[in-house]
Amino acid sequence: MKIHNTRGGRIFDAVNYAFLSLIGIITLLPFVYVFAGSFATEAEITRRAFFVWPEQFTLGSYEYIFATPAFVRALVTTILVTAVGTLVQLAFTVTMAYPLAKKTLRGRNVILSLVVFAMVFSGGMIPTFLLVKDLGLLNSYWALILPAAINPFSLIIIKNFFQELPAELEESAKMDGATEIGILWRILLPLSKPVLATFALFYAVGIWNDFMSPLLYLSDNSKWTLQMYLRQVTAASDLLGTGNVDPNYIPPEQGIKFAVIVVATLPILIFYPFLQKHFAKGMLIGSVKG
Amino acid sequence: MAAPVIDTLAGERVGKKPPAPRTGGRFSVHFAHYKWLYLLLLPGVVYFAVFRYAPMYGVSIAFKDYVPFLGVNGSPWVGFRNFEDFFANPDFPRLLGNTLILAFLNLGVAFPLTIILALLLNEVRLSILKRTVQTLVYIPHFLSWTIVASLSFLLFALDIGPLFQFLNNVMGTNIDFLSDPAWFRPLIVLQEIWKNTGWGTIIFLAALSTVDQDQYEAAIIDGAGRFRRVWHITLPAIRSTIIVMLILAIGQMLNTGFEQIYLMTNALNREVADVFDTYVYFVGITQGAYSYSTAVGLFKSLVGIVLIFGTNWLAKRFNQSGLF
Repeated sequence: MKIHNTRGGRIFDAVNYAFLSLIGIITLLPFVYVFAGSFATEAEITRRAFFVWPEQFTLGSYEYIFATPAFVRALVTTILVTAVGTLVQLAFTVTMAYPLAKKTLRGRNVILSLVVFAMVFSGGMIPTFLLVKDLGLLNSYWALILPAAINPFSLIIIKNFFQELPAELEESAKMDGATEIGILWRILLPLSKPVLATFALFYAVGIWNDFMSPLLYLSDNSKWTLQMYLRQVTAASDLLGTGNVDPNYIPPEQGIKFAVIVVATLPILIFYPFLQKHFAKGMLIGSVKG
Repeated sequence: MAAPVIDTLAGERVGKKPPAPRTGGRFSVHFAHYKWLYLLLLPGVVYFAVFRYAPMYGVSIAFKDYVPFLGVNGSPWVGFRNFEDFFANPDFPRLLGNTLILAFLNLGVAFPLTIILALLLNEVRLSILKRTVQTLVYIPHFLSWTIVASLSFLLFALDIGPLFQFLNNVMGTNIDFLSDPAWFRPLIVLQEIWKNTGWGTIIFLAALSTVDQDQYEAAIIDGAGRFRRVWHITLPAIRSTIIVMLILAIGQMLNTGFEQIYLMTNALNREVADVFDTYVYFVGITQGAYSYSTAVGLFKSLVGIVLIFGTNWLAKRFNQSGLF
């Protein structure tokens, strides 16, 4: 568009482009520093205030953390809880979404209203904690999975997706004698793979990043997840006055902290291209359809 | 409403269907026909009953003196005593102040920045630059607060943190960002900006993409410059989006993200760091005052509901489209 090519417009564009590039770089700098620092020697981290490339490359920090049983245990635990949790949460959500997609099912509207109500109102931290405690789930990994088994928002989007699939698919299967469970398993799920993958990511990121549930429900520090371990490792010693951290714990060298942060961030960064694409879409659906 | 009509049509069209009572008829017959669907529905319904609605019922302990041994039902009623205790507690004005100050800082700084960033991105016609910047600024949204807090601990650390050293070299300051209560709020707002400003632009960018381009061309012919076009065309066009987002933000005002505040709280900054959410945790979970802390949480939720309805009412009064 040549109409924009006034002198003022060009100056504005130049300033704007430079400013936005700067914003982008500033956003990224903390990662770059931590990533570079995780491969640097402790002496270099102490000597240089800030760097984006280590002078002397070393894997020492990673060798150290992968030789630390508490770290390896937290990492393995988190991977397993995330994997199992994602499957369980997805299963709960899909099995509930499918019947709710049937408009003729009686009781459907009541249940949908209750789901929407639960989107807005919740019992809050203490009543949920007491429930988990009464169910005997304290210090159990199920406490990280079950209380968030169905995200009402995801449930409604998956339900809408099932509803929009052509009814003929199901009817022909039904004439062949398939039950609803068979239809869901053999026809609908294969068709919904992209949608399910999106919500699987949604749940997985939620579990991986969750700090509040392990803080509330896992007091036994041999069961800690990576986020809890990270908190313990990176909090400065004078920050440990808020409980749930072992008072005798000695904070490690800087390089170790850098490496733990990188390991905790890496899965998110690997999946980031998918996350960006699908979550942006999901956010817009949410804003339009409420 | 087209969808139900299509469904009925589909039902009538397929004549060979077993004689299933689709609407009306006895429930037992309906149930027998749909037994598999009800079976599939069961786990979800149990989930909502147990993990969503039972805790809502559990909120009743705010009006009781909860004794774990007696359970939610068996514990004696005490009326509004827990609320009276809370309002009489010297912690109350401090918590209210801390929560509101943080809320207004987020609303007054982070919220406008989101709109400004969206407007600047919208002016970019070089699509590779736009996409690259978007990709970069969205990343922090997906990181946990634990990682954000850890990065802050490293960057701002006394003596060794890069930002500490930078400011020390440039301005000769000696600021203990992490423990000095005066730096708690700026740090929290800064984290919020870093983590969520980029992501928040998505909704505004979507609204901006629907603005009628003809209006701009007409304005250019009338001699309007870049800023006047933004002011007179772009901003009015996304006004309803801004208002909806503002109402939502105000409704969430008292929800000062538990994880973020908890992670940044330490023995030295408790005075300014304590907000309703973390107070509920410290008093309820670590000290075991279940009824009292539930009352605090309930009070916070009620204020949130009042705020969201109040803002919606105001928005409608000023002849703007509200949220509902």
